[in-house]
Amino acid sequence: MLADRDRIFTNLYGGEDWSLAAARRRGDWEGTRELILKGRDFIVGAIKDSGLRGRGGAGFPTGLKWSFMPKESDKPSYLVVNADESEPGTCKDRDILRNDPHKLIEGCLLAAAGMGAGSGYIYIRGEFYNEARRLEAAIEEAYAAGLLGQNACGSGFDFSLYLHRGAGAYICGEETGLLESLEGKKGMPRLKPPFPAAVGLYGCPTTVNNVETIAVVPTILRRGASWFAALGRPRNTGTKIFCLSGHVNEPCNVEEEMGIPLRELIEKHAGGVRGGWDNLLAVIPGGSSVPVLPKSICEEVLMDFDSLAAVKSGLGTAAVIVMDKSTDIVKAIARLSKFYKHESCGQCTPCREGTGWLWRVMERMVKGEAEEEEIDALLAVSYEIEGHTICALGDAAAWPVQGLIRHFRPEMERRIKERRGSAAGARRAA
Amino acid sequence: MSEPAPPAFSLEPESFAFTPENLERAKAHIGKYPEGRQASAVLPLLDLAQRQNGGWLSRSAMDYVALMLGMAPIRVYEAATFYTMFHLRPVGRHLLQACTTTPCWLRGSDQVVSACKKKLGIGLGETTPDGLFTLVEVECLGACVNAPVLQVNDDYYEDLDAKRTEALIDALKEGRPPSAGSLAGRRGSEPKRAVEGAAPAAGDGAAGKG
Amino acid sequence: MPKLSIDGREVEVPAGVTVMQACQSIGIEIPHFCFHERLAIAGNCRMCLVEMQKSPKPIASCAMPAADGMVIFTDSPKAKAARHGVMEFLLINHPLDCPICDQGGECDLQDEAMAYGFDRGRYVDAKRAVSDKEFGPLIATHMTRCIHCTRCIRFLTDVAGVEELGATGRGEEMEIGTFVERALGSELSGNIIDLCPVGALTSKPYAFLARSWELGKTESIDVLDAVGSNIRLDARGQRVMRVLPRLNEEVNEEWISDKTRFAVDGLSRGRLDRPYVRRGERLYEVGWRDVLDLLAQRLKAVPGERIAAIAGDLCDAESIFALKELMKGLGAFDLDCRQDGAKLDARQRAGYLFNTSIAGIDKADLCLLIAANPRFEAPIINARLRKRFLAGGFRVGAIGAAFETTYPVENLGAGGEALALLAAGEHAWAKALRQAKNAMIVLGQRALARPDGAAVLAAAKRMAEDFALVREDWNGFNILHKAAARVGALDLGFVPPEGGRDVAAILEGCRRGAIEVLYLLGADEIETKDLGSAFVVYQGHHGDRGAERADVILPGAAYTEKDGTYVNTEGRVQRARRAVFPPGEAREDWAILRALSAALGAPLPFDTLSALRALMIEAHPRLEESECLEPAPWGAFGVEGALSPDPFAIPTEDFYSSDPISRASPTMAECRRVFGMGSPPARTGTHG
Repeated sequence: MLADRDRIFTNLYGGEDWSLAAARRRGDWEGTRELILKGRDFIVGAIKDSGLRGRGGAGFPTGLKWSFMPKESDKPSYLVVNADESEPGTCKDRDILRNDPHKLIEGCLLAAAGMGAGSGYIYIRGEFYNEARRLEAAIEEAYAAGLLGQNACGSGFDFSLYLHRGAGAYICGEETGLLESLEGKKGMPRLKPPFPAAVGLYGCPTTVNNVETIAVVPTILRRGASWFAALGRPRNTGTKIFCLSGHVNEPCNVEEEMGIPLRELIEKHAGGVRGGWDNLLAVIPGGSSVPVLPKSICEEVLMDFDSLAAVKSGLGTAAVIVMDKSTDIVKAIARLSKFYKHESCGQCTPCREGTGWLWRVMERMVKGEAEEEEIDALLAVSYEIEGHTICALGDAAAWPVQGLIRHFRPEMERRIKERRGSAAGARRAA
Repeated sequence: MSEPAPPAFSLEPESFAFTPENLERAKAHIGKYPEGRQASAVLPLLDLAQRQNGGWLSRSAMDYVALMLGMAPIRVYEAATFYTMFHLRPVGRHLLQACTTTPCWLRGSDQVVSACKKKLGIGLGETTPDGLFTLVEVECLGACVNAPVLQVNDDYYEDLDAKRTEALIDALKEGRPPSAGSLAGRRGSEPKRAVEGAAPAAGDGAAGKG
Repeated sequence: MPKLSIDGREVEVPAGVTVMQACQSIGIEIPHFCFHERLAIAGNCRMCLVEMQKSPKPIASCAMPAADGMVIFTDSPKAKAARHGVMEFLLINHPLDCPICDQGGECDLQDEAMAYGFDRGRYVDAKRAVSDKEFGPLIATHMTRCIHCTRCIRFLTDVAGVEELGATGRGEEMEIGTFVERALGSELSGNIIDLCPVGALTSKPYAFLARSWELGKTESIDVLDAVGSNIRLDARGQRVMRVLPRLNEEVNEEWISDKTRFAVDGLSRGRLDRPYVRRGERLYEVGWRDVLDLLAQRLKAVPGERIAAIAGDLCDAESIFALKELMKGLGAFDLDCRQDGAKLDARQRAGYLFNTSIAGIDKADLCLLIAANPRFEAPIINARLRKRFLAGGFRVGAIGAAFETTYPVENLGAGGEALALLAAGEHAWAKALRQAKNAMIVLGQRALARPDGAAVLAAAKRMAEDFALVREDWNGFNILHKAAARVGALDLGFVPPEGGRDVAAILEGCRRGAIEVLYLLGADEIETKDLGSAFVVYQGHHGDRGAERADVILPGAAYTEKDGTYVNTEGRVQRARRAVFPPGEAREDWAILRALSAALGAPLPFDTLSALRALMIEAHPRLEESECLEPAPWGAFGVEGALSPDPFAIPTEDFYSSDPISRASPTMAECRRVFGMGSPPARTGTHG
């Protein structure tokens, strides 16, 4: 279990004030100037050495991503922070935005210094209205204190930071969809290549990072890459905010060490599974996009990128959705299919047409109104979507269904048989 | 999310223009973006227009924003129809947005929706005849550890059940909305009982100091 | 030059090409819907997915730049599976109503489904139905068929420069449309019918008239403006059913204007299909022999100097040549082709051509429009100007009244003063002109069709010389013509000799009795109300302005009914070809003139069109059809004089009614009704 001294987000629950003064008391904005003055290579190097991987879901090494930014460019460079937290199960960034905004703001400045970005935009989902007002106030505080803007923190580095509110679209959490939205268009993801580091916001070099990724940067730089790297396991270092939702006794967010066993995470922090561990049916370990795991796998699995990938799921956003034995697992996944159908931007064929197809079949599967062969067809359709779309939303729509079929096929078959039986019974009765 | 059906009150107005205060706000939004990139302000400006217009966007409001940002109107219509927070038909004074995505559903969002329906006598996508409430279903609001969640206009009400939902609606009707957040007494996303070690010692500056 | 492997074959391609183009370069066709080489890459249909070694996911070949060392498989199980999957998705919500779809037989989706479709559907749930959109009189919509490739949006936004079409909503509820119901306000809108890979956008006037495989296809040239767009005439029986563009990179790329495409129904209305003779107030049908004998008698009774001829805007060069020869035989030299009175100078070819050439616009960096509105005078040239604007570093200025364009235009003044100032180097824009590397001036007909027209021409010429617009490697002096016949007629010298009568003088001569016989070869753009007692012969194909006043009508052939040579505004010599025969008793125009000459007892020295053409080319070698444009030598033209300060008029009012065919076309009439004024509406949207 993570020791208090290794905790980064010390005001996750809003027990203390969010303001600059309180943040300073918690150690934020300490020695920021000196960190900037150590230079670009130091910052990027330290983040590389820390092993930090993106906290938004994909887990791409952050330092490596930053190193793609051009050292010299005749265009301005941008840092864009993805605060469009919308992955079902995930609500960690919300706590940073409302309770620890200065961690994020300081992180923006340091990250921008590391990649030579003169301006930054924080794209926050529109529904987070109160969080946006809080963050806006914190940004104003930082400007007023000389921490942002020209000669930020007295470092000689100029950095402007702006808040931009979205307006309701999950797809804007996809980095290029976010950039399109930030440019005032529909949030339709772009074709890659080119990648944002080459052609990003307004056609300029851009790095898009998740809120949590940026917010841990100041602490890593202050405490050292080796401190962060010593937490967790190799390639899966550091701490992580986990969101524990669903059928647990005490749903909560908690910062823990990477690689903590799933069971320990649930039992230590969320008061255990409702009705006890043996009442567990399944867990979606990393937000709605990753495949569901049955209880058998949940017993031992560790909560990090590689361990979860090894069991054909993923850490994703580390949003743990727990389902006990009372759960209609087919309906739980069908509801996610509806989510992806609703959130598909409609740009490319497999996702636009396929997500609706998946959802419609899933709705019938809930009631068993299907033929058993349709389970195979459903799986085949999910593979026709996966990997064929412009962005990862297609994959995200396919995986929950694949996970369901992988682990709960007998349940789906049972419903179909049952339905057929009752239909036959009804016919006999008539 | 289904778009609310048009109720009987105010329909497409003749014209739209920002109030002087909103015009200032609009200029501040536009000022966040580089020269020539003012289209970036389309979402903030549409939001501003929607707020001024009583919670929905009329065509004249969209055209007004298009003109202000030098955009073709169709590009603004595209945005207004793409993002779910824009409503192209009038909505009630209290827009009840019930999250029913899996994490909320697991925690009883069905009961929240039923309570709303029962209490208000309307279905999803409908508005009460007095124009006070519109009920819609929304996708994940990102407050899953405080599920189920109902967003009322800008505010999240969390940790709901049927009873709390009904009480909330009563309070809204009476014009004394409770403060936003958990209606089960939680401060935020902490576990109900602080588990040893998970809740940082408040005020302990040394803990985790960077 | 990246080298890559495609299906085991090593390919070297120029840097910057896509994987799809690299595949095409070795004859491997990659199926696609959204990709179009003249539109921005969207990569949304996903039909072109191919397998790339080391990439876990198949890649969209239309969007992926070919890079050194790539190993591509276009036919691997993975690539095929991807395409089968995409095809299945495209078909689940497609109505599969091919038997009642106008696109049937020429549908990309239908074709690709033959290759990649399953023989049955696995999708058993309800299909999507999308309400149709109202796009005005030209384009019919069947939006349930739409596959959301967005070609139509990209075309209208980028090429046509009219940002009215978009995709509203999202996900499977995304719909293509204007959101606010309106007719598409583009003079190029019909091209989205061709671009639509399915039957979502079809031609409204052509709806359910024919199947593509029933049509005889003839490659020809459009004559409804002076661009010379390359077209294909699709005919069934004796009727041209539709007009489609043909690819010509130098001229129209693969676009045509809505007039070119849709005026074609005017060919079966208001036609002159037999000879007529006026007796008193009425016209009476007569036979060819009788009408020619009567006409011959009339002509023989009049001395040549009292006979005049005007050639119209749609005439082929052969018939103009034949008329000129006929008139020469009669001793008549008062000939003119400049119906609008433009003071074009036939002496020097460079003085009446669009010398920069249409494709040459791509190399220009500055353009000055003088009393020209390319958007409605030559929509295809306007599209080139916009394309050049989109490429960046292109400044456009205009002298004349302000008008709606599809690219930013700086207004430099309204009348002759601005031109005089500029020519004298005293206008603010003179510096821009001087600094530009390849500047071009475009003179519209309205600049020349005014009393000081010759002086305007001279001033523009002087300006071209002073600002070094005419060099070995560049000629930036351009006349923008509207009439398809005009350049050919000027090349043939169909103008009065020094001191002879031009159009205005001929008409005046008729009024005063100095001209006794006026021969109108398809001349419908002149004022025919008061021609005194002149005996008017009208030879042409429509009962329009010319025929109204005629004493004798000789029914001729429209451009779809004869082989003929046309010279476009650039001086490009092209051949129109016959798709159908002229209706009734109507005959090809050269043959009528040849028959008349025989009736006059002095038969012209040719019996066939090819013999006529040979004679014409012998007399005017530049009318030989040729693939490339010959630069016209520079020389003297125009007459220096005072420039009037009157504002230059900008022609916008008659796009849908510029000629007898459009005026007879019900579709064009509907456009005039919908768009008012005869032109598409200005891009308003907000205050409308």
